[in-house]
Amino acid sequence: MGTFVQQIVNGLTVGGIYALIALGYTMVYGVMRLINFAHGDLCILGAFVGLTMLTGSAGGGHPGAALLLLALVVSIIAIAGAGVLLERIAYRPLRKADRLAAVVSALGASLMIENGIMLIWGPQVHVFPSNLLPATTWHVAGATISFVQVMIILASLVLMAALYLFVNHTRFGTAIRAAAIDQDAARLMGINVNRVITSVFIIGPGLGAIGGLFIGIYYREAYFTMGWTYGLYAFIAAILGGIGNIPGAMLGGVLLGLFNAFAAGYVSSSWQDAITFGLLIVILLVRPTGLLGERVAEKV
Amino acid sequence: MSLLVIADLRVAYGQIEALKGVSLTVAAGEVVAILGANGAGKTTLMRAISGLLPKTGGTIGFEGTDITRTNADRIVRLGIAQSPEGRRVFGTLTVAENLKLGGFTRPPREVPASVEAIYAMFPRLAERRAQFAGTLSGGEQQMLAIGRALVAKPKLLLLDEPSLGLAPIIIQSIFRSLRSIADTGVTILIVEQNARAALKLADRGYVLEVGRIIHQDSAGSLLASGQMQEAYLGRAAS
Repeated sequence: MGTFVQQIVNGLTVGGIYALIALGYTMVYGVMRLINFAHGDLCILGAFVGLTMLTGSAGGGHPGAALLLLALVVSIIAIAGAGVLLERIAYRPLRKADRLAAVVSALGASLMIENGIMLIWGPQVHVFPSNLLPATTWHVAGATISFVQVMIILASLVLMAALYLFVNHTRFGTAIRAAAIDQDAARLMGINVNRVITSVFIIGPGLGAIGGLFIGIYYREAYFTMGWTYGLYAFIAAILGGIGNIPGAMLGGVLLGLFNAFAAGYVSSSWQDAITFGLLIVILLVRPTGLLGERVAEKV
Repeated sequence: MSLLVIADLRVAYGQIEALKGVSLTVAAGEVVAILGANGAGKTTLMRAISGLLPKTGGTIGFEGTDITRTNADRIVRLGIAQSPEGRRVFGTLTVAENLKLGGFTRPPREVPASVEAIYAMFPRLAERRAQFAGTLSGGEQQMLAIGRALVAKPKLLLLDEPSLGLAPIIIQSIFRSLRSIADTGVTILIVEQNARAALKLADRGYVLEVGRIIHQDSAGSLLASGQMQEAYLGRAAS
């Protein structure tokens, strides 16, 4: 019982982070039919920007919640800006080109950001300060729940609910969904599709920066190749939920986190990835378009 | 005064010229039909007017403003809305969301009243307002596409093949609705393969053939003309 509850909490924590990052993949894919391979690296860039804020200004004392919030805000703004820049430089000039060209550009952008992080912060593993948050823990049904876990789970839930409401119940959110269905028809409604694309490159990397910083805070480390590791997990979460589908990315992220935790908790952490991806293959064999992906045939 | 003035418009897809110098005018309050067979360039012309295609030559003027190179979303704001070929409704959005998007360029406060007016015009849409647009029948989707364009309160309504793929009885009902829309004073430019239905609705008509206007006249004369009977109206029917 204790293990079970513990793995649920661990899984939800990691799953919430995966979901935040997966949303960036799925929103960009939804509107542009493009996998932004640089997204994972942008998220980890967010972790590094946040880390610099946290360590640069901490005078040895308890940095506290206010500083953490400041680091989050600065990181979100920086990474959303980087996302907009990325789209202008790496994707917009290729919009009418062959789709493969955009994929190559995305991979190139990923390498550039990754190596840029290495040049600025160095190749070593950076350790996040341990005194960021209260070390409070709770014991529930034999499981230990930390303050950090509660914060990450709650923050992910709030952010996902906010995004869901924005996309489904606002004028601009409906415009984003319309542009994802049919760009030309959206233009005929008077929607500026360029503005929609810019907005998904603000929202996706913005949420990703939070996810990246949460990874740093939770695992208490950051290194320059981390973007690939966690980017891949989040990308797979997006596929699992049905790429292009926003609730799908949320569901996929949480499920992937839970798979991961249960595989680690009940079998072994060295088998964690093999079991997780084995399950994923089974699910995709049954539902190739992902859990919430549409099964509609292309209409003529 | 002419609302829309197109002069020597040219559009090319790579090496292939789809419009080879098309000129036409639409006066305010008029209903103008463009007739032509498949591949004549009708849809290309509509997409070019709405700003979805780059032009290789010529000009498009709307209310005296040159809109040849204006972006599609700006053109909607200037007052040109389109019900595109194949309807292009947003299939995974509800009927109500589709109609609301039609009013994207208008002050949000004014949109609900316009949406209600569309429900009054097409009661079938009102019954299905919470349904996904993709689940509607072809005729209902066409009503939705027309209604969605009307919510924009356009000065000029472009209709691209509203009869495409629909049963004759549905086509009749769609054209009855178009008649009442025209009677409210909306200027309409309609492209149709169903020449007879389009000419009964229109004041004037142009005949487009492989990218060129080859004929223009009043709708009545076109309907009566022997040449037209043979080429586009199908003699046997009358």
